[in-house]
Amino acid sequence: MSSQKANLAEQYRRSGKRARQGSFLLVLPLLAFLMVTFILPIGSMLSRSIEDSTVADILPRTAAALRAWNGKGRPPFSAYSALADDLDRAYRQGTIGKVATRMNFERSGMRSLLIKTAREAHAFEPPYAQAFNQIDLQWSEPELWGVLRHASATTTSGYYAAALDKTRTAEGTWVDKPEEDQIYVILFTRTLAVAGGVTAACFLLGYPLAFYISHLDERSRNLVLILVLLPFWTSLLVRTTAWIALLQTNGVINDIIASFAGEGARLELIHNMTGTIIAMTHILLPFMVLPTYSVMLSVPPSLSRAAVSLGATPWTAFWRVYFPMTLPGAAAGGLLVFILALGYYITPALVGGRTGQLISNMIEFHMKTSLNWGLAAALGGILLSGVLVLYVFYARIVGLNRLRLG
Amino acid sequence: MGRTTTIIIAAAAAVVILAGVLLFMLGRGTEKDVNQLDAELSDMKLPNADGTAGAGGTKPTGASLVVVSWGGAYTKSQVEAYHKPYEAKTGTKINSIDYNGGIAEIKAMVEANNVTWDVVDMEIADAQRACDEGLLEKIDAGTLPAAPDGTPAVQDFVANGITPCAVTTILFSHIVAYDTTKFETRQPTKLADFFDVKNFPGKRGMRKQSPKINLEMALRADGVPGDKVYEVLGTKAGVDRALKKIDTIKNDVVWWETGAQPPQLLADGEVTMTTAYNGRIFDAQVSENKPFKIIWDGQLQELDVLAIVKGSKNLSEAVQFVSFATDTQRLADQAKWIAYGPARKSSLLLVGKFEGKDIDMQPNMPNAPENAKNAIQIDFVWWADHQEELNQRWAAWLAK
Repeated sequence: MSSQKANLAEQYRRSGKRARQGSFLLVLPLLAFLMVTFILPIGSMLSRSIEDSTVADILPRTAAALRAWNGKGRPPFSAYSALADDLDRAYRQGTIGKVATRMNFERSGMRSLLIKTAREAHAFEPPYAQAFNQIDLQWSEPELWGVLRHASATTTSGYYAAALDKTRTAEGTWVDKPEEDQIYVILFTRTLAVAGGVTAACFLLGYPLAFYISHLDERSRNLVLILVLLPFWTSLLVRTTAWIALLQTNGVINDIIASFAGEGARLELIHNMTGTIIAMTHILLPFMVLPTYSVMLSVPPSLSRAAVSLGATPWTAFWRVYFPMTLPGAAAGGLLVFILALGYYITPALVGGRTGQLISNMIEFHMKTSLNWGLAAALGGILLSGVLVLYVFYARIVGLNRLRLG
Repeated sequence: MGRTTTIIIAAAAAVVILAGVLLFMLGRGTEKDVNQLDAELSDMKLPNADGTAGAGGTKPTGASLVVVSWGGAYTKSQVEAYHKPYEAKTGTKINSIDYNGGIAEIKAMVEANNVTWDVVDMEIADAQRACDEGLLEKIDAGTLPAAPDGTPAVQDFVANGITPCAVTTILFSHIVAYDTTKFETRQPTKLADFFDVKNFPGKRGMRKQSPKINLEMALRADGVPGDKVYEVLGTKAGVDRALKKIDTIKNDVVWWETGAQPPQLLADGEVTMTTAYNGRIFDAQVSENKPFKIIWDGQLQELDVLAIVKGSKNLSEAVQFVSFATDTQRLADQAKWIAYGPARKSSLLLVGKFEGKDIDMQPNMPNAPENAKNAIQIDFVWWADHQEELNQRWAAWLAK
């Protein structure tokens, strides 16, 4: 009897395992797809934030000579001759531009200095130090060689330091950049603040709306839901442009205000933080409404009625009984909105004016314009880890098992 | 909905930000680039900017060429002036593709050894950088046709018009434009008036993305002569001086992002004066009859070039196309379609009227002698050296 029971349990376990294996096989194509199109590219991109062998590859002898130098005082003579040699070869092979671009990230003006020197390097003769100084006196500064020495390593913490507004002193320690050059920390903070503000606004507007929809009769409910989804049918750009037409100083809203309260009453609603919050809240609102609404549908109305019948005021019934049960939906919606808001940058750029610069704008700039992919990757890496840390906190406070999308 | 599902959804969402930014950079993007909005916004607002015209009717010979440009009215002017006559002459089919500028795509293509573009229209600064990085083919200036009067190409082009990897087609200009109806007693006439909100009240439009243009204009308005601008800007005191000048109007500035915005800001009455691309203001004047006027004083000229991607599969055809497109007649023809100045001096003499309208294009060319009296050319080599440092300073200044 007991062996039969064990047998049955064994069979049950086995069939369960088979079912799990089967479903795993079904998601395998998706996993492979994600691996190739998502995880690997992001991984290789992120690796650029700490790995950069441009200088070591293109100026190999110089890199070796500078590695042997402790960075104090004058660079060794061998470095001069090695650099003359490397520059000449890089110039003939057409790789000088790469290393010049790379070095200009470290120090302004290095680009043309390297190209100019490389152009003449074939005619250099000992003493090399003198030949370099004749091209440009900057070569007599030990700091310049120090910069070259740091860049000749194949891994660097420089991109992450730059992404946190730090700069390296001649001694090799990290210090804050001068205040007028500090930007990334400000932008990270602002990005988080905007995302937080938009999430709060979405909650304040979206929760009552979801409550309203879930208490409608079925026919009007579907109609209102379609209205909620309607914005998705228009492109992001069109929606943003529409907000510009509505909010600008001579726009629709201000015209209405002016017709009641006079010309002096026009408000500054756009090209500032207000505009950013309004436009982004509008765009992200459905992501808050939908999960909240579907969780609300699953809350039996009898519970609130029971609370009232047991003597609770309507407010207590709502606050102590209904609200806690809908919180998982609102929390999931809030997480979605917050994370999506962190990555928005076109809308803030168009309606945010001076304050419309967010961290994603800088990432885009370094990817597309300055081609400083290392710095872009470092900024992205910090943003990603920041979000993951926030997510862990969120999971602790709200509880993952309490998040629900429906 | 179990715990696992929730975790998966939340974790997927967590990487969405990076996906948006990084994946799109790798060319598989989901978000549209701001620069592209430019073309789109212009298509939305300017009726005659009707997207890319495809290649016209041809007698196919099998040969084809991929020519990449910025789209909108600009590509249209190139299709009319270069592509159609070239196709008619050689039978080669030209495929016109739009892009958003920058060299990221070319770099990816060349590094992956999978070059599908032949000729690309680029800003000269990008072309120079791409050339330094070995991403473009060298073009022999000797193969370019001489002017009709026999002047060799090298002397016929504007300064810096021919670089080792690129040949200039047009010259566009960053100017200040204003709405004439907003200044009844006294109209602004010079660049310095842009920074004078007391005598010329109203908000100002300025470009947000980069310090380029803004810093130069500030210094020129502050009295720095054209040939000293980059010398002054090369010092920290010079940058401080420029930013201090803009500080005087910082609270009155509406910052624009794309080239389509300045004429729109003027039209909506959001600003009374704005910096802008001269071609955009011309469009608004001509196709929408807006009462805008350009202040040519202190204009900053920039060059746009044709270049050939390294490893182009149709190299000889591409070279032939570039030298055809940049001959005197073709460059003069282009001015029928767009208000950008031809890069050849000999073409400037042949510039006629705007296509379909009785508007003389000569006075609308940035390099017409009357307009170019106090003009300077943006020093792209200087900017290549200083952009990292100044962009950072600019972004920080803007944020505070």
